[in-house]
This record gives sequence, C-alpha cells and structure tokens, in this order.
Amino acid sequence: MNLALKNPMPIADENAALSSTLPLLKVHQLTKLFGHEKGCQDVSFDLYPGEVLGLVGESGSGKSTLLSVLSGRMPPDRGSVQYAEDSAEDNANWLDIYAAGEARRRQLLRTEWGFVEQNPRDGLRMSVSAGANIGERLMAQGVRHYGQLRETALHWLQQVEIDAARVDDPPRAFSGGMQQRLQIARNLVSSPRLVFMDEPTGGLDVSVQARILDLLRSLVRELDLAVILVTHDLAVARLLADRLLVMRRSRVVETGLTDQILDDPQHPYTQLLVSSVLQA
Amino acid sequence: MTNKTTRAAEGYNFAYLDEETKRMIRRGLLKAVAIPGFQVPFGGREMPLPYGWGTGGMQVTAAILSPEDILKVIDQGADDTTNAVSIRAFFERTARVATTTRTGEATIIQTRHRIPETPLKSGQIMVFQVPIPEPLRFIEPSETETATLHALADYGVMHVKLYEDIVAHGHIATCYAYPVEVGDRYMMDPSPIPRFDNPKLHMNPALMLFGAGREKRLYAVPPYTKVVSIDFEDYPFEAQRQEGVCAICGSANTYLDELIMDDQGTRNYVCSDTDYCQEHAQPSGSRP
Repeated sequence: MNLALKNPMPIADENAALSSTLPLLKVHQLTKLFGHEKGCQDVSFDLYPGEVLGLVGESGSGKSTLLSVLSGRMPPDRGSVQYAEDSAEDNANWLDIYAAGEARRRQLLRTEWGFVEQNPRDGLRMSVSAGANIGERLMAQGVRHYGQLRETALHWLQQVEIDAARVDDPPRAFSGGMQQRLQIARNLVSSPRLVFMDEPTGGLDVSVQARILDLLRSLVRELDLAVILVTHDLAVARLLADRLLVMRRSRVVETGLTDQILDDPQHPYTQLLVSSVLQA
Repeated sequence: MTNKTTRAAEGYNFAYLDEETKRMIRRGLLKAVAIPGFQVPFGGREMPLPYGWGTGGMQVTAAILSPEDILKVIDQGADDTTNAVSIRAFFERTARVATTTRTGEATIIQTRHRIPETPLKSGQIMVFQVPIPEPLRFIEPSETETATLHALADYGVMHVKLYEDIVAHGHIATCYAYPVEVGDRYMMDPSPIPRFDNPKLHMNPALMLFGAGREKRLYAVPPYTKVVSIDFEDYPFEAQRQEGVCAICGSANTYLDELIMDDQGTRNYVCSDTDYCQEHAQPSGSRP
C-alpha cells in the first residue's frame, strides 16, 4: 500500500496499458423480459479479449436468457450488443449484433464465436462421426480438402484428450464427458475469439467435471479465449472466471473480480450465495 | 413415332388437369426457371395414381403439354416398364398427344431415374419425377432450418455427408441423387438419377423441370445453366465407371443394368436406356 503510494507512476502506466486494449464485446442496457423480473434487464458490461466472465446466480435469475441474447440467438427488447470486428491496436469496427443481418450473425457464430451447450446432444450432430462433427465448421467455411479436415479432426481429438482411434465413431457411442469434450473441440476448431458456455459441466459426474474444467482452463489460457460462462456452481466460477456478474431476479446485483466477490461479497444476496456453499 | 389409336377419355379436360390448375403450375414453373435450383411450392392435386408413381412429374407434364407435343416417358431408362407404359397411355387418352420412344423425336420427355444417353437438343423439355426435393433433409430434418440454409446459401453441411461417405467407404459412395450446385447459388437434389447422369445436367441445351408430387415442390434447371456436382479437392467428383459392355448393342459408354442370367450367378449387362440400345443394335434405317 505504502509502496503504491510512494510510486504511483507504474500503476498509472499499467492502467494506461489496460485502457488502450479495446473491449471485444460492449453490452449496453440489455433487456429481455418475459414477465415481471423474468429474463434479464439493464445489463451493461465490457468484455476484454482473453477474459473469462462468469454469470452466476440461482436458477430463474436470467443467466441463460442473458447468454442467449448476448450470443445472437434471441433479439433483446432493448439495448445493444456490439462486437469488435477485426480490431487493431486502438480502433475497431463495431458490429451491432442485432442490427447486422442474420447471415452475418450466423457466420459469426460459426467462425469467431462458439457456443458450448449444457447438453452436448444439443450442440453435436449425433448421427455423424466425431470427425465430421469437428470438421463441420471448417466445411461451412469452405475447406474442401478431406485430408486436411481429417488431420484437423485428429489434432483436436488429441487436444481434448479423446483417443484418435475414435474419430469415426458417432458421438452417441461416447460417454457424457467425452461428448462434452467433443463439443468443445467442435467449437474451438475455427479458432474463435469468444466462446459462450452454458453450464458446460452441468450434468456431469464430479470427477469428469474436474477433468473438463482442467481442460477448459488450459485451453482458455493457451488460445487466449474470451469466455462468457453461465454457471450456478461457484467452485466452477472460482476455477475458471476472472470476473463475475452476480444475477438475481433479472438484474445484475454485483460485479467484480472473482476472488473479490467470493471472498468479500458486498451485496446481501451475494453474501447469502457464497455462504450457502459447503466449505470443503 | 407411334400414334396408337387408344380410346380417348371422355369428360376430362385436355391432359386431365383443369386449366386453372395448369395456370397455377405454370406460374410456379416460371418462377422456378427464373431462380434456377430454387424450390417453388405449388398446390399439388390428387392424381389418379398413388404418390411415388410420378404424380409430380405428371402434373408438370400436364401443365406444359400442348396438342402438338410428342411425348416420351421413361422409367429407369426404359420405355416399356409398367410406369412408363401407364403414364404414356394416360396422356394418350386424356390429351390425345402423339407419343414416341425415340429421344430425338420427343419434345417432352418425362423421366424417372435417368437422363437419356442421346444428347438432348435445344427446345426439348425434360420432366423429372422427384421423391424428395430437399437435398439438405438427411442432415437437417427441420424444414424452417433448411429454408434458412438455402436463403443464406449456408451449405457447409452438404459436405458433412460426403465426408461421412469417405469415412465409411473410402470414397464418395453416393451414387444416385448426388447433390449439385445450380448456377453458383442453390443446392439441388437432381432426383434419383445415377451419378453417371450428373454431368449431363451441366450446360444442357434442354430445359429441365422437376416436380415433387408428395411434397408439392417444383424446381428447374434452365438451358445452358452451370451445374456442379459437389466434391472434395482430394476426392473429386467422378461419374461411375462401368464394367463390361452392353450384351445387346455392345456400347461401353452407357449406363448399364446388371442382369443375373442363371442360378450359377452368370451376369450380363445391358443398356438401361432401351431406345439408345435399340438404335445402336441395328443398322440405321432398318428399325421397325
């Protein structure tokens, strides 16, 4: 503390360095309501490249609605989501997700974005092989070389720790945890900058959860991914997220760095949420 | 040309369908021709035979038929199979049009599963009977989703099918209804013609009309339209290669049917296109 007071310059420099990085996503006054306090309202935040943002809150608090609106799947009642297209040092071409056409939105979702569903069955094509699942995004982008697609599929199976010999098996022959890892591979194959995840470890066994979290953590660091992660599990949030948004009854009640929120919650609801977790 | 003296059906409009229905189908066809490969919905009528027997093709034929037309009907390449004979007789009776089995003489050729071997000419019209008009259905069962994929020309999933073929068989094993891209825009199911016939769709001087009776869709490939069979760079499209030659006419470059001759499994091959086969089996001019 004293040190910081004595040497204010380095800190100011650090701030300057941070502020020169442009956000990847700018969310302003986003509102989508299905009824009184059902959905999400007045949500604003900036997401920076490489940042993992956790959305936490009890069920029905509007986390998943917010995620759908953010990811271009559900038009909001009010507010805007702006995405930095081909951003350079200090200027970006801001794309308003809902002002852009559906074609552009879909293109974003299968190239620069990814979406990992809670249930892998929703995010995978269950009737085609694991390799085809991984290659689909590339084929949609115009890759027309079978050998190349195959090589990429094998590489990504390895990345998510699935035996390469399973490349031709359909996902329904995989265990739940393997399906989830396959879904992650399918999303990451296009080298996205931003990935949305809806309770990616939701329906899984604790040991499998740990393995997937471990994998996600290393991939996120390795690929410098920005992630918006919905979870009701504070342990998952602690492990993965840099920053948290605590939601309750459609509103964001508290926001801050993960450790700060979990160790020193300010809002009564957050305090309740944190204290309700069993301490290991 | 054979113009049999069949008994005309009494009490029916020319070519069975009423004029308003024909107009409706013609409007659909005009739209289909204007947007090559695009599926146009139409109000399909009940025909006096079951779905799957060519009701879509018959409605298209009925809508475009004029008294001066000369009609040829083929089923799997043959003029003399049940379906071809029945549909030909149907239009002989309801429209009293001349019919023929010779490809070169026909102005309208209704077909199931084949494009004739004899090259088509400008002015001729091919009418295809289509069971499933939607090429994306196998991978995307939702109709609203496939409509969106067509609208956005988002056809990546088509290659997923080919990828799966190579995984399972080591090569692209789809040998009929092989998907094509029409006019650099729409993905189209060319109806269950063999892959062998796909190259004939490209830059063909004849007009190609497709009618799906059960699903009530029309689509078209206008004359001289670019039609590309989709493929991979390292697994390029190729029309099937045939083993053997036709046992009747000796042709080696036609699409052949395989016949089992006896209980010992002796095989023979004959042209699937009966008209082409007859023409090449006999010295020209001596044909009955």
